Order: sequence, then structure tokens, then C-alpha cells
Amino acid sequence: MAKELWKGNEAIAEAAIKAGCKFFFGYPITPQNEIPEYMAMRMPQIEGAAFVQAESEVAAINMVYGGAGSGARVMTSSSSPGISLKQEGITYIAGAELPCVIVNIVRGGPGLGGIQPAQSDYFQATKGGGHGDYRLLVLAPSSVQEAVDLTQEAFDMADQYRNPVMIMGDGMIGQMMEPVEFTDVPKRNLPEKTWATTGTKGKREHNVINSLFIDPAACEKHNIHLFEKYAEMEKNEVRVEEYNMDGAEIVFVAYGTTARIVKNAIATLGKEGIKAGLIRPITLWPYPSKTVEAAAAKANVKAFLTVEMSMGQMVEDVRLAVNGAKPVHFYGRTGGMVPTPAAIVAEAKKVLGGAK
Amino acid sequence: MAVVFQKTKGLTDKQFHYCPGCTHGIIHRLVAEVLEELGLLDDAIGVAPVGCAVFCYDYFSCDMQEAAHGRAPAVATGIKRVNPKSAVFTYQGDGDLASIGAAEIVHASMRGEKFTTIFVNNAIYGMTGGQMAPTTLVGQKATTAPYGRNEDLAGMPLRVSEMLATIPKAVFVERVSVHDIPNINKAKKAIKKAFEIQMKGLGFTFVEILSTCPTNWGKTPLESLKWLQENMIPYFPLGNFRNVEEVK
Repeated sequence: MAKELWKGNEAIAEAAIKAGCKFFFGYPITPQNEIPEYMAMRMPQIEGAAFVQAESEVAAINMVYGGAGSGARVMTSSSSPGISLKQEGITYIAGAELPCVIVNIVRGGPGLGGIQPAQSDYFQATKGGGHGDYRLLVLAPSSVQEAVDLTQEAFDMADQYRNPVMIMGDGMIGQMMEPVEFTDVPKRNLPEKTWATTGTKGKREHNVINSLFIDPAACEKHNIHLFEKYAEMEKNEVRVEEYNMDGAEIVFVAYGTTARIVKNAIATLGKEGIKAGLIRPITLWPYPSKTVEAAAAKANVKAFLTVEMSMGQMVEDVRLAVNGAKPVHFYGRTGGMVPTPAAIVAEAKKVLGGAK
Repeated sequence: MAVVFQKTKGLTDKQFHYCPGCTHGIIHRLVAEVLEELGLLDDAIGVAPVGCAVFCYDYFSCDMQEAAHGRAPAVATGIKRVNPKSAVFTYQGDGDLASIGAAEIVHASMRGEKFTTIFVNNAIYGMTGGQMAPTTLVGQKATTAPYGRNEDLAGMPLRVSEMLATIPKAVFVERVSVHDIPNINKAKKAIKKAFEIQMKGLGFTFVEILSTCPTNWGKTPLESLKWLQENMIPYFPLGNFRNVEEVK
């Protein structure tokens, strides 16, 4: 298929449909509105599919629970304040081990914040936005093409682990238009959903979708089971791009839109004779800690500079991975402000000056 | 020897956890019997609430999902959209449905979601220990209304059936009670009608059932049945508020 020009939000929606998503439950919020709008247009064209505009984000995520519990490929999307409202449902979905895909096109916060791109929902996405011990698989595309590929694979990941997967874009990824090719991503070998509520048909015991374990020993056992699953994800699903790392004296760590801006800064620094590399986490959870740790052990690496559209959230995971081996610096813009390549270059020079 | 009566296949053998005199047990059986009699058990999917009936997923023998507090109508929406031919129902109490889940029940009704809600109204929060519900009567004592519900501060009890009956796609709305045998029989008829209309795909169907809570009302089971009759029915009148099949 030839490349076509697609807006990020619409491309994510079409990718979900190509992955077999037949049920979408959403609620309007900027800057992700093109996703529900596109689904409202496409779902009626597909046999047995449904689009529902819910009365709230709270209702939408619970519709996802019901639909996912019935074994269908189900998606919802929102942006930061709406994702906060979905947290109750997300922890229930994680607790009941239901596969689904949740898209967060992140905007500035806290509170109503703003509608421009941000990355300040990192803690919420990766450290458990709702109550209890649980994890989401969090995928952070840095181009529309990558958003398309990851969205398609997200449904397989969700089904494989019976776990919610979050696509964490930002307003830039959602709103930007780029050339896209819808290629078939490799399909995983997935187990049958024998646990789904589709009616017993008189052929089996009833299935129960549930996250309640009133006996504390049973509840602990369930948590341990979940963490065995998360350990598998950590073993199998970490994804990261390493860019220009050979001989780098400064290593940037950045994801999503910010990583692309950092690549511009790296080119500028290169022209000035400064060797800079980039570690770009594609999975925000599980985090590519080993890649960061290995870079910290290299003699040529003098310092790390984490760049985010936040006041500094992912930088905590970088510090944990570096574990004091090298200095870790932070540069961020927030509230919908996007860092410029020039500002990143200046920050890198300041860091290297300080490290010499 | 001929079997003249046996427990419905709609219930499992799990022993109920309900307090002595609580009418949840009767209502469970009515719902289960109706599903069996209509031949819907193999295709039914129920949604359990948060509250006293939270464990009803263990009691109904059909497929079940346990929802977050108040969200059963949203969960049922997802289930029914994926399984349009199944008999889908929510089983919810008054705190779950009329308080925290008020938005979900109103909008499921508004969309005309083709499932049935069994709304058990006992005018109090049972599971959490007797707090005031949106349906607690004026003057009725609760642990969070120790001087009795004060209408100036806490308002008047919500009449959910009357409210939902104003919604065009809520095609069957009836309030029944289970305080004596004739009313139990009427309750079963209403539940059956609701599921029949659901299976015809006509819209949202709703049965409110007045129920007792001897433990948190501080009354014996018999006193509770009498209290329901004398205090709840005058404020929550029994009867059909909407039946699309009769409105031609």
C-alpha cells in the first residue's frame, strides 16, 4: 500500500479497526476528538460493530469493561482530565484482567490545564493512576506511523497478557499529519478467551468477571499472580530506540514528540563537534532501565539529560536506572509549551560545561 | 416419587450471605426463575452491583460481571453491544443506582439500552452499615442521619421509577414489592414482562422492587415487612409507570 497523509488521531482510530477493534466507547475532549469522530463514522460500516458516545469518561471506561469482559476487542480514548476520570475503571479492568486499549492524547495539566501537547501524565500512566498494585503496558509513539503500528500491536499485547494497554501520545502526535503506511504487524499466537461472558450456552459453568477477593489471602494471591504476569511483560515487551549512541559524551533520554526535537538538537550539537546520543523509550512501562544502565556504565558517557514536556517525571526512572553512576540532568517545558531545539542545545552545553 | 418443586436452575448451590429476613433472597429467586422459565439462562449475562448484592455473581448460574459502584448500567451497555442476542441484566441497590450511579442509569435509559435493570430499593445502605440513601424516607433514622432524614438539609427521597418513566426509551417501568405473597407474585410478573420486552428489542426495561433491611432498620423481619407496607409504599406507590406494549 502506498503512503497516505493521515492525521495522528484518525490514523490511530483506523489502525485500531484494522486490528479488529469493533467496539469504541468515548466522550469528547480536546485534543483527541478526531478519534471518537472517526469511530462514529467507521463503526456503522462494520458488521456487528458499535460506537457509543458515553455520558462521561467514567461510563465510557465501564462500557469498555463490559465489552472487554465479553471477549471483544474494545477501545476508548481521551485526554488527560478524561483519563483521570477513567482511572477507577482502569484499576477494575487491571484487577479483573481484561484486555483493552486506552489512548491518552496528553495535554497540559494539572486540573483543566490546557489543550496543547504535554507529557505530564507519565506518573499517572506508569506508576498506577488508580488504586491498588497494578501496571499498564504503556506505549509512546513518536510519529504517526509508529502510532499506527503500536496501536495495531497493542490489541495483541492486551489479549496476550489479559491486561489494559495504554497508547500514550501527546497533542502533537494526535493533531499532526504525516505520511503513513498501514502494514500488517505480525500477529501473535493468542489464547482463546474461554473466560469471557458470552452466555454459558448450557455447555460450561458460568464465567465471572470480577476483581473482588474478600479473603485477604486470596486477594494477596491474586496480586502475586498479577505481578508474575508483569514480570513476563518486563522480560518480553521492553522497547527502546538507541540513536547516535556511539561515543556519545552526553546521552539524552526523551520519548514521543520530545524525542524528535532532541534528534534535531543532536544534529546541531554534532555540527559543533559535540557527540550526543539519545535513548528513546518506546515502552514507558516496562521501562528500558537496562539500556539506560548500560549507557551509564560507558566511559565515554559523561552525563544524562532527560528532556520532557513536564516538570520532570520520567527523569525519576532515569535516575533509578543510572543509580548514581553519572549525573542526571533535566530540562522540561510544560503546560503545553514545547521545548525548542535551540533551548535543548543550550541546556546540553551547560551540562557538559558543568561536568568538565 | 414425583418432584413437585425444586430450586430453579438459575441459582447455584452457593449459600446466600444475606441477613435473616432480608428480601434479597426472594428477589434473586424471582429473577432466576424468570430466566429459567423464559429459556434465557444459557444466554443470560448479569451485572452485579457494589452493595449487599455484590456477591450475586456467585448466586446466579448464568455468566456474570461484577461492576464498580454505580457503573452496572455502563458495564451492561458494553456487554449488550457485544452480545446483542443475550438477555442482559443489572441487579442494583439504591445507593448504587440512585446515588453514585444516577448518571449511568439515566443515560442507559435515555439511549434505550436493551437490557433489564432490577432495582432493589430498601431505603438504606445495607453493606456499609445503615447509612442514609437517596431513597431514605424523611424522618427515617440512618447512621449518617442519626436524628432522622432532614428534608431541609438532605432533601426528599428520589422516586427513581417516576423519573425514568419520563424518558421515552425507558419502555417498561414498574414498581413492585415483596412484602407478601400476592405482591411477590406481581413482582415476578413484572420481571418476566421486563425480560420479554428486552428480548423483543424494544428498549430499556426497569423493575423497582421495594425490599426490607431488618438489620439496619433495627427491626425484626416481620416488623420490617409491616414497616415497608406502612411507610415505603405511601411514598413509593406500587404500579406500572410505563409499558410500551400497552401504549399503542
